[in-house]
Amino acid sequence: MAEAMRRAGVYKFAFATACCTVLLLVAGALVTSNDAADSVPDWPLAYNRIIPPWVGGIRYEFTHRVFAGLVAVLTAILAVWIARSETRRSIRRLGWTALALVLAQAGLGALRVLKGHPALTATAHAILAQVFFIAVVSLALFMSPWWQRELPSLKDSGSPSLRSVSLWTTSIIFLQLILGAGFRHGAFGIIPHMGGAAAVLFFAIWTSRTVRKRFKTVRELRKGAIYLNSAVGLQILLGGAAYGAIVAARTAVQPTFVYVVLTVAHVLVGALTLASSLLLTLSCFRMIGPSDAIETSSHAVDARTARAAGKASA
Amino acid sequence: MRSPIEGDPSIVFARAKSGIRSSRRTTITLVLATAFLACAACGTKGGSSSTAGPTAGMVSPTNGAVPAAVVDPSTVGSITGIVTLIGPPPAPRLIYMTAEPMCDRQHPTPVVSPEVVVGKDGALANAVVFIKSGLENYSFAAPKDAVHLSQKGCMYDPHVLALMVGQTLEVSNDDQTLHNVHMMAKINPSTNRGQAGGQPAIQESFSQEEFAIPIQCNIHPWMRSYAFVFKSPYFEVTPNSGKFELKNLPPGNYTIAAWQERYGTLEQRVALGANESKMISFAFDAGAAQAANR
Repeated sequence: MAEAMRRAGVYKFAFATACCTVLLLVAGALVTSNDAADSVPDWPLAYNRIIPPWVGGIRYEFTHRVFAGLVAVLTAILAVWIARSETRRSIRRLGWTALALVLAQAGLGALRVLKGHPALTATAHAILAQVFFIAVVSLALFMSPWWQRELPSLKDSGSPSLRSVSLWTTSIIFLQLILGAGFRHGAFGIIPHMGGAAAVLFFAIWTSRTVRKRFKTVRELRKGAIYLNSAVGLQILLGGAAYGAIVAARTAVQPTFVYVVLTVAHVLVGALTLASSLLLTLSCFRMIGPSDAIETSSHAVDARTARAAGKASA
Repeated sequence: MRSPIEGDPSIVFARAKSGIRSSRRTTITLVLATAFLACAACGTKGGSSSTAGPTAGMVSPTNGAVPAAVVDPSTVGSITGIVTLIGPPPAPRLIYMTAEPMCDRQHPTPVVSPEVVVGKDGALANAVVFIKSGLENYSFAAPKDAVHLSQKGCMYDPHVLALMVGQTLEVSNDDQTLHNVHMMAKINPSTNRGQAGGQPAIQESFSQEEFAIPIQCNIHPWMRSYAFVFKSPYFEVTPNSGKFELKNLPPGNYTIAAWQERYGTLEQRVALGANESKMISFAFDAGAAQAANR
């Protein structure tokens, strides 16, 4: 009982950390969209003070720093909590990795403030943010009661396997976020990012079709595919609108409200798209056996049958 | 009852080894492709923008390895002219300072962006006219007096300034709020300093020639100014009349350039004889720039 409560506690804490990371991503996007990244020229203090004057762009930059500090503390607590209570070695390692990533991210943020070079440092900062987000979301999933309970082992006779397709999709989305970050911070043009959007759309459709064709009755995978498709669809619409706002804002004197809202929403939904694809991929790896484990069946096992078989064996 | 391997991601993924193999190959290919794109993108960055500038006339020999030419005051001439905008000027763009009440209070009437300031008969202000080439053999000492940039009413004054290599740029904050003075130079070192209202002026000088260095306050993102740093004293920032005069120029073949924030750079070649005065004009096409912006 105590063990179950402890596990639930760690899971809730990991989930809260992931939610705070989403807020941190939004705060970071607000800094970029409001052109406020250099509004505080020093680090870790702000104008040699713990709390700087609350004016103009400083509000965005300082809020971002506060959220970053909060997420770093939460991640440190989570890593220690997992290290002390978790029996799975890989999870303990992932906890420490997340902590290392958030500290590296703070270092990159400091480099961005103190050394400039936005095309390089800000792009790297934005990419590492997504890597850290992946780590925290994965931790929350691995700590969830769903992941830790006995699940049916499904078989996938199709080629390529759903596990491969979903993994490719997540990789493509991650690459697309890199291209997006590069465009946003001046390292790339828009063309690679537009090409990436087409690739993401193709892979997302492929993944959901594969789920529908082979695992129609597996609720978790079906829901995962719906979330992924919804996120990709919304993201493409937002991408078009955000690009329009960027073009319109090129000759603007200052960041406009529409530009800020659309670009921040695009960054946010981008992160959520990655998260939804990652969760689907991990779920596939958790529920579906490897291709070479398939015996002679050429059809996927119905989840209900698998569940019933699981219960019977238990 | 949980089986010993249930829920351990390392085991879940270990079981997946063979299935992952093909995905791994694809992932490595994608990562390499990204690295290639990143390198390509980095390779296209860097360098500074446009041109060089106007005024004054004190000259002195250099102490470089090759003896510099000396301007002979008895042979100098001048190039005068006007910078204009052809076509209808763009609609004025308003600056909204409502996010910063202290700034907003100082402007009872709407503030218009000084990006394009057009005077009588299309005269264009805030254009920088300078000698882009033709003075390579000369060397000039920087004036002792500083060029001043003030922050007042959360705006920069002047909007465009020019100074010589080694000359002091003095930035003062006449507002009762905090500004950060971010000089985004690419050839010279980039600097970013905070300056509270009433603090002593920030003093800066540049060791290398560089054009159109953006100076920005990131606290108030509408605050933007441009600085030009020249090796020679022959440059001028046009006033509202759009007129300029490059005085005391030694005879020679010059490329004269005019830069404007929105419309870019125009160039002309001028052959100046001894004691000669020439008149030229630069006309920026508003329509072409608007089409380019679309």
